[in-house]
Amino acid sequence: MEPYLPVIWAGVIVVAVAMYVILDGFDLGIALLFPTTSDEAERDQMMNSVAPFWDGNETWLVLGGGGLWVAFPLAYSIIMPAFYLPVIAMLLGLVFRGVAFEFRWVAKPSHLPWDIAFFAGSLVAAFCQGVILGGLVEGVAVANGAFAGGPFDWASPFALMCGCAVTTGYALLGATFLVMKTEGRIADHARQIAKRLIIAVLVFMAAVSLWTALSSERIAERWFSLPNLVWLAPVPLVTALVGFGVWRSLERGGEMAPFAGTIALFLLGLLGLAISSYPFIVPPSVTLYDAAAVPASQMFSLIGAMITLPMVLAYTVFVYWTFRGKMRPGQGYH
Amino acid sequence: MELDGLLLARVQMALTLAFHILFPAFTIGLSAYIAVLLALWLRTGRDVYESLARFWTKVFAVSFAMGVVSGIVLSYQFGTNWSRFSVAVGNVVAPLIGYEVLTAFFLEATFLGIMLFGWNRVPPRLILVAASLVALGTAISAFWILSANSWMHYPTGHEVRDGIAYPVDWLKVVFSPTFPLRFAHMLTAAYLTTAFVVVATGARHLLAGRHVEAARIMVKMGVGMIAIVAPLQLVIGDHHGLDTAEYQPAKLAAMEGHWDGSKAAPLVLFGIPNAAAERNDYEVAIPNLGGLIIAHEWGGRYPGLKEFEPKDRPPVLMPFFAFRLMVGIGVVMIAAGLVGAWLMARRRLFEARWYLVWQSWMWPSGFLAILAGWTVTEVGRQPWVVTGILRTADATSPVVAESIAGTLAAFFVIYAVVFGIGIFYVNRLLVRGPTPGTTAAAEEPLTNRPIAAALPGGRDAIDAREGQP
Ligand code: HDD
Ligand code: HEM
Ligand code: HEM
Repeated sequence: MEPYLPVIWAGVIVVAVAMYVILDGFDLGIALLFPTTSDEAERDQMMNSVAPFWDGNETWLVLGGGGLWVAFPLAYSIIMPAFYLPVIAMLLGLVFRGVAFEFRWVAKPSHLPWDIAFFAGSLVAAFCQGVILGGLVEGVAVANGAFAGGPFDWASPFALMCGCAVTTGYALLGATFLVMKTEGRIADHARQIAKRLIIAVLVFMAAVSLWTALSSERIAERWFSLPNLVWLAPVPLVTALVGFGVWRSLERGGEMAPFAGTIALFLLGLLGLAISSYPFIVPPSVTLYDAAAVPASQMFSLIGAMITLPMVLAYTVFVYWTFRGKMRPGQGYH
Repeated sequence: MELDGLLLARVQMALTLAFHILFPAFTIGLSAYIAVLLALWLRTGRDVYESLARFWTKVFAVSFAMGVVSGIVLSYQFGTNWSRFSVAVGNVVAPLIGYEVLTAFFLEATFLGIMLFGWNRVPPRLILVAASLVALGTAISAFWILSANSWMHYPTGHEVRDGIAYPVDWLKVVFSPTFPLRFAHMLTAAYLTTAFVVVATGARHLLAGRHVEAARIMVKMGVGMIAIVAPLQLVIGDHHGLDTAEYQPAKLAAMEGHWDGSKAAPLVLFGIPNAAAERNDYEVAIPNLGGLIIAHEWGGRYPGLKEFEPKDRPPVLMPFFAFRLMVGIGVVMIAAGLVGAWLMARRRLFEARWYLVWQSWMWPSGFLAILAGWTVTEVGRQPWVVTGILRTADATSPVVAESIAGTLAAFFVIYAVVFGIGIFYVNRLLVRGPTPGTTAAAEEPLTNRPIAAALPGGRDAIDAREGQP
């Protein structure tokens, strides 16, 4: 079992990141849509649609970061200093959006500052997450097992574009979530926005893919050499199909399908990144195996994860089920 | 001027930790209190328990949100600010944090949703279950984080090769020798802190003659808790100190301002430790008593700071004063508990205005004692971050000092503003007090919430009920 531990742990972390991106993605995304309406009741409803979930959603981020440290301490110790400024900016963004969930209600009727904090905090957090992702794909300067670059190494055009891409993607998740969870004016409004966002998201996905393939020989080789080309060609094809499906379903009044389709798009994007990066955890020099914690540590934590994660998933489902169904205007969970 | 990255990183860690601990200190106790209120409500059916539970749930929600966001910052700081620490002891410490996420954070964060928003979706019994699980989650969270922290104070169950720690015996890692009492001391501290806030809130309302029935319950429950737990804390703290004497003698010497171990140890009541001269200025001390307390023998001896090389000595000033502040507050708390219990026995608790006035000012005492206690513990373990394995100076990240300075300034400003406003909001909720009898729970959500906002006039109605303009 020992030789597989790093791969299993990489799988656990990918699951945590995927859960995070999808779950917190839609509540960050809803905040990103705040400026598209100035109606207080609509904003109430938007916030309420995620209020019972956001904290659990965000915990996947703690698991992603914590899991990276647990299983790959070396990678953790390189990535965090390398992305020092965007990581801390992201955390501070999350401070604003997290407290806004509660402060906004307590502050009423003078809650406008917390509307702004909710939006701006989410924007900063989403953008920084994209930048970190992009910067990581591009690679990090490492010497003697430690980060060896400067404070602004991450600030490349590619990473900044990834920041915009992730932000747009979250907004789409948020919009399609609203299509699913609300009805009336706000759902119509979200549907209109989602139709525009899906096109932007597909453009971004194409741009990110081509850019990585063209700028890195290693990645180009991974995708375009034979027989990989044959095996991997379905990934972009399926992505394009799903994207088209989301758009069609939005046109035709689909309620669940656009959200499900958007999730699929995110998962495909993640899969693409994993294919491009494997076996590196910190491209272009540190592999999963270099960075792995000793087997005794990976094993100890894995036992815990295998017992608790199914329980976590079960009660997460329970909570979502408790708050199932559409929210009608004026109806809150509070 | 050359910026000192190490110092900046330490100040940043101290600042973010100190802000964070204020919220757990309160939410650990409050979640348990809310669960008790809910249980009482379900057993007795009295409306006052329900309105109290709902009132404290509102306060809890705001505090918990601040605890969560400040905690997430901390979990990433191990990597951003202490990356060499993350590698050197990651094999041992990280799994403990991992267990905290898996067993505690998900539990509390998920059931929080039901506890806060489930009132018109699930039966009350399930709210009680959710609140109990949240309370359990906060205690489990304290368990793991204090286990990690205690291991850093006195590591056991590991071996070190090439400067990297490897786990050998997980049971010894999790239950390192200073852990059991540190965990007990911290949990007790959290319950005490909450009890003082509850009593102060009740006392304020009693003094103002508002919400009398609810206020009496708060005062009575809180005082009962304090009367039992405050003396207990002294006992736990005393034993905790004996652990310190055994495992971290240099820290203990700093706490006691004890320089010369070759003589019978006095108990220093006051003084200003002078590290350069290796003595205390203006010292007021009781001869021999220190030896009695620490070595449990009249004229007993224990190591003084002079026995440690200067490079292995912790700073003295901060642990010395912080320790006196904590113990001083502890003694005042015991007095508050005993006097309150005596008044209660004589049925004069609610009439003794002087006592209520005193208690109405005691709400910050727990927070102060906790900050003081952590200052003792953390400054006292310097210059080590992991005793005997890694010095704080060797634990830093390869990040330029300017980055740390910039983010430190951002933390300082943002925390002060955001958490300052948050504490102001909490206070406003406390002043407003519980809203009486809301048995129509199903339609009537936690006040000032969406229905109020969405339906025209709704908010006015609620404001009117709460006596607000
Ligand atoms: C004695 C208790 C205690 C101590 C010493 C700490 N914490 Fe804490 N923490 C809690 C008790 C707690 C809690 C009671 O579980 C919190 C506080 C309020 C809350 O909302 O949950 C929490 C929240 C919390 C969260 C958010 C969890 C969530 O999403 O629900 C994180 C990531 C951390 N903490 C991390 C840390 C780290 C890295 C610490 C030290 C370096 C730390 N905490 C010290
Ligand atoms: C929550 C209550 C806590 C408070 C108020 C607190 C306080 C402090 C303070 C004041 C410092 C700075 C000490 C100095 O540099 O002189 C510090 C440092 C530190 N603490 Fe704690 N601490 C707490 C809990 C913890 C826990 C639970 C952990 C780990 C599991 C931890 C890990 C650290 C680390 C890594 C440093 C930085 C290195 C150092 O300066 O020693 N702390 N803390
Ligand atoms: C009444 C007498 C008290 C005594 C004798 C006492 C003793 C101690 C000692 C010896 C330590 C340092 C342990 C070490 O780092 O090795 C400590 C730490 C601490 N104390 Fe106290 N304490 C008392 C009261 C309190 C009170 C009333 C509170 C809060 C309400 C409190 C909260 C803390 C905290 C949070 C810490 C740091 C964490 C830890 O190491 O446990 N203490 N205490």
